[in-house]
Amino acid sequence: MDINDLRSLFTVLTFALFLAIVWWAYSGKRKQAFEEAALLPFTDDEPVEAVKQPAPFRLNERKAS
Amino acid sequence: MQSQATYNYQVVRQFAVMTVIWGIVGMLVGVIIAAQLIWPELNVIEWLSYGRLRPLHTNAVIFAFGGCALFASSYYVVQRTCHTPLFAPGLASFTFWGWQLIILLAAVTLPLGYTSGKEYAELEWPIDILITLVWVSYALVFFGTIIKRRTPHIYVANWFFGAFILTVAVLHLVNSAEIPVSFLPMKSYSAYAGAQDAMVQWWYGHNAVGFFLTAGFLGIMYYFVPKQAGRPVYSYRLSVVHFWALVFTYMWAGPHHLHYTALPDWTQSVGMLFSLILLAPSWGGMINGIMTLSGAWHKLRDDPILKFLVTSLSFYGMSTFEGPMMSIKTVNALSHYTDWTIGHVHSGALGWVAMVSIGAIYYLLPRLFDKTEMYSVKLINTHFWISTIGVVLYIAPMWIAGVMQGLMWRATNLDGTLTYSFVESVKSTYPFYTIRLLGGLLFFSGMLLMAYNMVKTIASGKAVNAPVLEPTVAHA
Repeated sequence: MDINDLRSLFTVLTFALFLAIVWWAYSGKRKQAFEEAALLPFTDDEPVEAVKQPAPFRLNERKAS
Repeated sequence: MQSQATYNYQVVRQFAVMTVIWGIVGMLVGVIIAAQLIWPELNVIEWLSYGRLRPLHTNAVIFAFGGCALFASSYYVVQRTCHTPLFAPGLASFTFWGWQLIILLAAVTLPLGYTSGKEYAELEWPIDILITLVWVSYALVFFGTIIKRRTPHIYVANWFFGAFILTVAVLHLVNSAEIPVSFLPMKSYSAYAGAQDAMVQWWYGHNAVGFFLTAGFLGIMYYFVPKQAGRPVYSYRLSVVHFWALVFTYMWAGPHHLHYTALPDWTQSVGMLFSLILLAPSWGGMINGIMTLSGAWHKLRDDPILKFLVTSLSFYGMSTFEGPMMSIKTVNALSHYTDWTIGHVHSGALGWVAMVSIGAIYYLLPRLFDKTEMYSVKLINTHFWISTIGVVLYIAPMWIAGVMQGLMWRATNLDGTLTYSFVESVKSTYPFYTIRLLGGLLFFSGMLLMAYNMVKTIASGKAVNAPVLEPTVAHA
């Protein structure tokens, strides 16, 4: 096994890693966490109630903070 | 627990204001060199000749204008989404002054003719060392802030900013590896030779496009589009997947800058293949950004900041479609070395990078100076239309000129001799250069409007630092 086999192996492993990431991202377990993360830009200046509202989101744009 | 701390807006303000200033400077140099291509008489002295000013233009718009926009927005976003002030404020201040010093040094050394000759990495070795120091400090401030965050998650915009900071550090260190031979005049030689030097350069060059001009600005997109639209991002999963797809793919696309050169043929083909694959993650990002507006399209009608942001995404989609097409070897045989490439670059640079930055800066300025909105929202709208017309007037003639040049250069007579001499293609390009100059002038004048609007906003406001708020619990 020479260095080029290792290079090919690395490429294949990287691709497998990417597929694993896709599988992980679309697994149901991550749904809740992703929904929380998606709201992060709004957690700093919106009241909790507004953030909790179900979709479609109506977030009051005001403030100068 | 009542927190009295405030976000570090000082460094954000500094970078935001300098974004506009350097935008004007960089684009002015662009207008000058566009005019020099039409009227060679404008090359009055060697220091201000086309060959010296062209790298000054690219460095100023990418690293001064784009760089300041990235510093400003990343510092703002990372603090606010992590609910904590910047880590190491002294170091953050150093990144500002250090970066400005680098820009000033570039503005002096490039006209003097000090250059390492590597595109987008022209600055000589002492400046390269300074860039390294500033960039490591930037990484410390940014990742330090992430580490001390008070939220369980790291928002996706920060992933993009983080990838941009980390990758640019690696790119800069590898590509700028050089052997200094003198300090004055600054001179060094690349650590690599021949085709390997070319490959390292374009591995750097294309990843500068992929990580400096794409990942960083996608970070801007992922915060400012949802904020301005008042809706969370369309699909967070898609953002995760297209992030990793971009990271895994961009690294391989560099060889498409070296089609039909001494680079091994298989390497060129790999570069082409990965460039084609890049269409998928690029469009994933564009769709994710644009679809964030679904159900809120009406906001586009009267919100010029949103117009800037969404139009930038449309140009991002256009140029990331055009790029993979141009990387196909047979297309590249026609397009390479022509003004088509210049048109492609500017549809990305003006349409995507500049417009998304302008939108973000218009969002930031009032918030940094205790105002609810810019001095004149109408002027933002005027700026938007001037810029859009400017971009179109810039890229359309460059496409036409590029295809024309490619066809003229490859045309042969029946006996195998060339149909046209090179200078004939130059002559035929003049009208298109003139239209391009007009487009550039329009885009540049839009930046002047922005500067006026900014000065008026600052004059009537005052510098404020918003208090750090407790993260509200977003889940039930």
